[in-house]
Amino acid sequence: MTVSSREERILGIIETARSKRPRFKDERITMVHGAGGKATQTLIEGLLAPAFGLEELADAAIVGDGIALTTDSFVVKPLRFPGGSIGELAVNGTVNDLAVAGARPLALSLALILEEGLDSAVLRAEVEAMAEAAAAAGVRIASGDTKVVERGHADGMYVCTTGVGLRDPRAELSPGAVRPGDRVIVSGSIGEHGTAIMLARGDLGLDADIESDTRSLWPAVDAMLGPDVRCIRDATRGGVASVLNEIARAAGVAIVVREGDVPVDPAVAGAAELLGIDPMYVANEGKMVAFVAADAVDETLAALHAVDGCERAAEIGEVKTEPTGMVLVETAFGGRRVMDQLVGDPLPRIC
Amino acid sequence: MKFVDEFRDGTLGQKVAAQILGVVEPGRHYKVMEVCGGHTHSIYRYGVDDLLPENVELVHGPGCPVCVIPMGRVDDGIAIAREPGVIFTCFGDMLRVPGSNGTLLDAKAQGADVRMVYSPLDALRIAKAEPDRQVVFFAIGFETTAPSTALTLMRARAEGVENFSCMCNHVTIVPPLRALLESPDLRLDGFIGPGHVSTVVGARPFEFIPADYGRPVVIAGFEPLDILHAIHMILAQLAEGRCEVENQYTRVVPYDGNTRALAAMAEVFALRPHFEWRGLGFISQSALRLSDAYAALDAERRFSVPGVRVADPKACQCGEVLKGVIKPWECKVFGTACTPEHAIGTCMVSPEGACAAYYNYGRFARDRVVA
Repeated sequence: MTVSSREERILGIIETARSKRPRFKDERITMVHGAGGKATQTLIEGLLAPAFGLEELADAAIVGDGIALTTDSFVVKPLRFPGGSIGELAVNGTVNDLAVAGARPLALSLALILEEGLDSAVLRAEVEAMAEAAAAAGVRIASGDTKVVERGHADGMYVCTTGVGLRDPRAELSPGAVRPGDRVIVSGSIGEHGTAIMLARGDLGLDADIESDTRSLWPAVDAMLGPDVRCIRDATRGGVASVLNEIARAAGVAIVVREGDVPVDPAVAGAAELLGIDPMYVANEGKMVAFVAADAVDETLAALHAVDGCERAAEIGEVKTEPTGMVLVETAFGGRRVMDQLVGDPLPRIC
Repeated sequence: MKFVDEFRDGTLGQKVAAQILGVVEPGRHYKVMEVCGGHTHSIYRYGVDDLLPENVELVHGPGCPVCVIPMGRVDDGIAIAREPGVIFTCFGDMLRVPGSNGTLLDAKAQGADVRMVYSPLDALRIAKAEPDRQVVFFAIGFETTAPSTALTLMRARAEGVENFSCMCNHVTIVPPLRALLESPDLRLDGFIGPGHVSTVVGARPFEFIPADYGRPVVIAGFEPLDILHAIHMILAQLAEGRCEVENQYTRVVPYDGNTRALAAMAEVFALRPHFEWRGLGFISQSALRLSDAYAALDAERRFSVPGVRVADPKACQCGEVLKGVIKPWECKVFGTACTPEHAIGTCMVSPEGACAAYYNYGRFARDRVVA
């Protein structure tokens, strides 16, 4: 056997091992299980999905007659950061899970877990932020619950929201619909939310003018839905890279990304460079990744460019057949590499 | 990004690649070792390999600071981290290095106060903010990071911060290189010298490589164009029959190093008679401890540590990988039992480790990308 055929055989063994359903064997929960990467996937696919008999995992489930249902919890630290706050995130995050499932958001329920000693002014500001974000997104906050825990048992406040939406008749979205030849679109410049949070914590001693991109994605989804849109995901924890890996695995395809075409704000690129983090793995709260048929790219981009917050939407890559389940990057330098699932947690508690 | 994008320019990359083609002999196979893990990371991260002719092979070297930490030292660190009242600080990738009974991250999940810092000064800041706690900094790295540890310790002493101490694992680059060059199974044509280490020590300490072992060395920066340029300089030396130390990274590396950084190191550190390197065994005079003047800030004296030598796991071939004897994928456990999420060996943990770089970035058959 030549060196390259031996290497290829070993790569084959590794891919077979990786494509098996992960088993959850960790002795304890660590922060990594919350990072949206490989460990989160193992927790969900190895423990939660089998326990509840879930097969296809998506941001929102369609239950009954076109009703979309989703839920999300928010533990971001600090509560306020440039461009947003936990209240605004709690509304937009859940609205976006509905939107990328092709559902028009209708109503949210809200659960607040408050820490003893929380300043009422802080709470009031967050409640106002939620009301404003809900009004902007066109959803009603229709029911809720409040709990208080002893000092030290929650960092100020945690918020959980559950959302209900109505599936848009134009939406035929699923990872299974993604096929070779499709193109990959991002709805704008990436990595802003995670970078803004990281800088807002102040322990890095970096200062830059970067704001969270938190916003409702429904207007963008509404503008682009059609038969040639195969699948949409919002690129939250784990960033664009995690979405691409999830879809490559679920659809049994390869995805090739052209690094030079990915829109990244220079300040985000600079901060990421200093911290040794790839913006492709940094969280967004108002950006989505869409897979569309090749001949629908121009039309989709034109539709997105007319929507607030999507001015920098761009095609960043293409779906291929092989190597199955993998995401590859063509670097601006002219080489190629793998862009894998996130391992480890560069940044805990960003949403 | 200014001053960065210029060194990632694909068009310039193609030009240098063409120049490389001009200096290689077609029938000859070249093996060039990049000493530093930072280079290994960049090579995979930017796909530098793809711009090289097939007969130029890059071999990954021992210069990954996390990779060379033996399990016993991790165990010692965890023992300190578990002491009541201790805040244990270290760089992020060190958190995931396995000791004989788990990682620092596992210790954290079990209740130890382990915190990631970006700089030793952050650890000192924590010590000043929490005067009732003992704050320990787990220092790792070659001469690149040793000066910042030294300056932090100088400041801690000057400011009388008594609750701060350092567990020193700093190592030096020349002894392992010499050990490598002495090894009989080595067949290398030249070295890409470590850029960041050289900003401190300069290029001069590497003169023994051409002088005693007849191999060219080119100190290189970490951008893909730097690396490609350095490879060209090495191959050009070989083509012209030259053999010397050259400095590609002139924008940062002074030939004689940084005398102030070296002076700080000389004040704060002393050479250990010997130190165990993961996979490479004991290498004499290859690591630093705190000097007697700084003994009061030495965590190994302040706390009792097991100090037990732990043999590397049998299946793990990190040593062979660190010496460039085998490729990462040739290790028996690569990618199956040993992955970045559940690493057996250190080379799979640090982003600078050859195994992690290959697993994360290089793990695909290049001819299998199909439309």
